Amino acid sequence: MLDKIGIAKRIAQEVRSGMYINLGIGIPTLVANYIPTSMNVVLQSENGLLGIGPFPTEDQVDPDLINAGKQTITMMPGSALFSSADSFGMIRGGKVNLTILGAMEVSENGDIANWKVPGKMVKGMGGAMDLVASAQNIIVAMQHCSKEGASKLLKKCSLPITGLNCVKKIVSDLAVLDVLPSGGFKLLERAPGVSVEQIKNATAGKLIIEGEIPEMKLA
Amino acid sequence: MIDKRVLNAEEATKDIPNGATLMIGGFGLCGIPENCIAAILQKGVNDLTCISNNAGVDGFGIGLLLKTKQVKKMISSYVGENAEFERQLLSGELEVELIPQGTLAERVRAGGAGIPAFFTPAGVGTEVAEGKETRVFDGKTYLMERWLRADFSIVKAWKGDTSGNLIYKGTARNFNPMMATAGTITIAEVEELVEVGQLDPNQIHTPGIFVHRIFQGVNYEKRIEQRTISNSVIR
Repeated sequence: MLDKIGIAKRIAQEVRSGMYINLGIGIPTLVANYIPTSMNVVLQSENGLLGIGPFPTEDQVDPDLINAGKQTITMMPGSALFSSADSFGMIRGGKVNLTILGAMEVSENGDIANWKVPGKMVKGMGGAMDLVASAQNIIVAMQHCSKEGASKLLKKCSLPITGLNCVKKIVSDLAVLDVLPSGGFKLLERAPGVSVEQIKNATAGKLIIEGEIPEMKLA
Repeated sequence: MIDKRVLNAEEATKDIPNGATLMIGGFGLCGIPENCIAAILQKGVNDLTCISNNAGVDGFGIGLLLKTKQVKKMISSYVGENAEFERQLLSGELEVELIPQGTLAERVRAGGAGIPAFFTPAGVGTEVAEGKETRVFDGKTYLMERWLRADFSIVKAWKGDTSGNLIYKGTARNFNPMMATAGTITIAEVEELVEVGQLDPNQIHTPGIFVHRIFQGVNYEKRIEQRTISNSVIR
């Protein structure tokens, strides 16, 4: 089974040189730590920056420089700053190659729910609805099941939807799965020490298993 | 050049009436008009509708105006990090319209640019689409969204001149440039106010035509929500 860092490390393997990438809050933010430095990628922050750098040292801290999670950050050489309208222009315009975000539920046709639990939690959708409606490629980082053991990979989402038919790939604590355009979660890899049987039991939506399923390799 | 200088936040906000619709710039606590928020708090106007990406935090930013119940309605994209907000929302004391962040930015931009409506893919098939017109363009479904405009737009910039030209710094730009365009009256507070001619026209982000009142703010706190330091990176 993978912890949060394990999920971030596995997602980092999906990154390719030349990509513009938007990382959501939480596990997706951690992915930045595991992208090989040899790879030329640009991280987009939807509050108006291309070229997110590492967290600042104490004397570099600038309250006028934060990421979408409101964390203090630095800028890489060659960064660009812009307004929120320009930022979502590049998102809606399909310029961002990869979007990595968290989810509470994903359905077998790629619907995602991650912004609201009616009556309990209302934080708002932020930029998630814009991102999922337009991104070229969406990878979701999530826990396969709730704390109570209920599957979060469902036939149909039970929570309010963030976007329809948009998730392409899921990296959970148990597995890596593709969401097929025709519907269904196609099992690609198992997390270390996790059996196919466990993944079957933890997946409520349609699970497609073809041949031997390898265990994922983490550096 | 037209001189738009006012003395301070009190003078800039003095004619904001009860029930006004305000746009307030900023993302989280970054790039918020601290001086004007303090003046509105002091003035005690109420029944306000606030259009702002976030609602501040408990005890700072718009969070201050929520605590005193001066806000009747918030139009935002993300309101986490504010317990008082969540409490008023769940209890029904506060009216809240949650909008996808890009849609919010574009609705404000459209308001300033004279475009009454536009189509976006964000929110199709979600609660956000309820009661809204959809149309299919080239095989994809889009949602019609209306412009947003405000009685008063209140923005924060880094530098400005007395004719209202503005330059923002870092990610404190965020919603400020669009909001500056969408107010019947736009108030700009800046960290440094200079005479006309001292800013490079090549560097202006918001041309002065959009700004009606400008003043140099004082005592900026610039609170940080998540102070993250390099050696705190989890590796």
